[in-house]
Amino acid sequence: MRAKRPTLVITFPTTTAALGWEKECIEKGVPGRLIPVPVTITADCGLAWAMPPQERGRLAELEGLEGLAYSALMEMDL
Amino acid sequence: MIYLNNAATTLQKPPCVARAVVEAMEGQGSCGRGGHTSELSAARTVFHTRQALARLFAFPHPERVVFTANATQALNTALWGLLNPGDHVIATDWDHNSVLRPLHALARERGVKVDYLSADRQGRLEYDRLEGLLLPSTKLLVGTHASNLTGNLLDVERMAAFAKQHGLIFLLDAAQTAGSTPISMETMGVHLLAFTGHKGLMGPQGTGGLCVAPGVELRPLLSGGTGVRSFEEDQPAEYPEHLEAGTLNGHGLAGLGAAVDFILETGVEAIHAHELALTERFVRGLRDIPGVTLYGHFSGDRAPVVALNLEGWDPASAADELSMQYDIAVRPGIHCAPRIHRALGTQDTGCLRFSFGWYTTDEDIDAALSALKEMAQ
Repeated sequence: MRAKRPTLVITFPTTTAALGWEKECIEKGVPGRLIPVPVTITADCGLAWAMPPQERGRLAELEGLEGLAYSALMEMDL
Repeated sequence: MIYLNNAATTLQKPPCVARAVVEAMEGQGSCGRGGHTSELSAARTVFHTRQALARLFAFPHPERVVFTANATQALNTALWGLLNPGDHVIATDWDHNSVLRPLHALARERGVKVDYLSADRQGRLEYDRLEGLLLPSTKLLVGTHASNLTGNLLDVERMAAFAKQHGLIFLLDAAQTAGSTPISMETMGVHLLAFTGHKGLMGPQGTGGLCVAPGVELRPLLSGGTGVRSFEEDQPAEYPEHLEAGTLNGHGLAGLGAAVDFILETGVEAIHAHELALTERFVRGLRDIPGVTLYGHFSGDRAPVVALNLEGWDPASAADELSMQYDIAVRPGIHCAPRIHRALGTQDTGCLRFSFGWYTTDEDIDAALSALKEMAQ
């Protein structure tokens, strides 16, 4: 079993929204990657964005971007 | 072979299209159905194609570019999703059976009322009659951007202004124009835009879509798996999943994305200018051939489609002669457009349709003219 570590998980209403989020993160150099939504989360979309919690401040760079929507943001051990 | 049947499908595609399809088939999984690299690859491809199409149509809502198998499914999605018993629709004599047949079924099954903006003997739509067709229950105005028979372009500005003035939803069927004629959904005042991927967009068959402007809500034509909100019994309300049930044609959409990239790089305006020049060359040449009857009107902008008949030849025999003696592909018949044939008076014979594309050359046009000249003798 892999060791768990604190992760900031962001969920999305649709797959398209998840992909839009990934594109912006890549363009802005915000670290993270798309993962299958953890089973403990009741999510809308099957994909979630996982990133180190210490990088949370970087999310400010994505605020206000048109068409960029997420459903929930939570910290958990993954 | 000289392929002049581009209004049916573009046979010649940019080489990047087939490459993209093959690459997708060799390494791409299913969009929205997992988080492995293979599935993410599919999701990224589909996302890219959505964005590219939104850019092409100047539509700032890529999540509302909904993929379908073709323009027919897109039009059915719009019509069945929008219209309720008692609603009234204004369509046109130019419309294809992809619009006419769903409207006929909606009239029969839901009591939807349909009226048609008539075309005159030259195939010109009689826009002055629009006001007279309006009812208190009119909900939708639908028109094809270009007649698939005459190539004449709809007066979109006038139709959109009429729709706006009366609070109607405006559905534009861009089957013959997407990719080859500039389209801006916002500028043109279009609420619903239906397109196919395999004609002017030069993508694979089995691709198409519907752009749904915010504020226009449609009931899903299909319900099923989306990869999201799996415990909900109803189709999710969010777009595009609201109108996309089942596995998408990810391989085809990979090809379509490559095709749209090619078009965006080349420029729709450049493609349109090339095809218009070919059409003008063809029509100029036809004037030197005796016994040619042209249909539609030939002033101003148009799609690269020319319908004609040649004296002494029925259209099917003429098409067969062009195929067998000259290896030229054209399409005879009624072209799934019965109302415009009735307007033109060609319902008993049909027409011979020549249609050009980005890969058509001046030499192709000259060869077709030469063949017709020989046949006319």
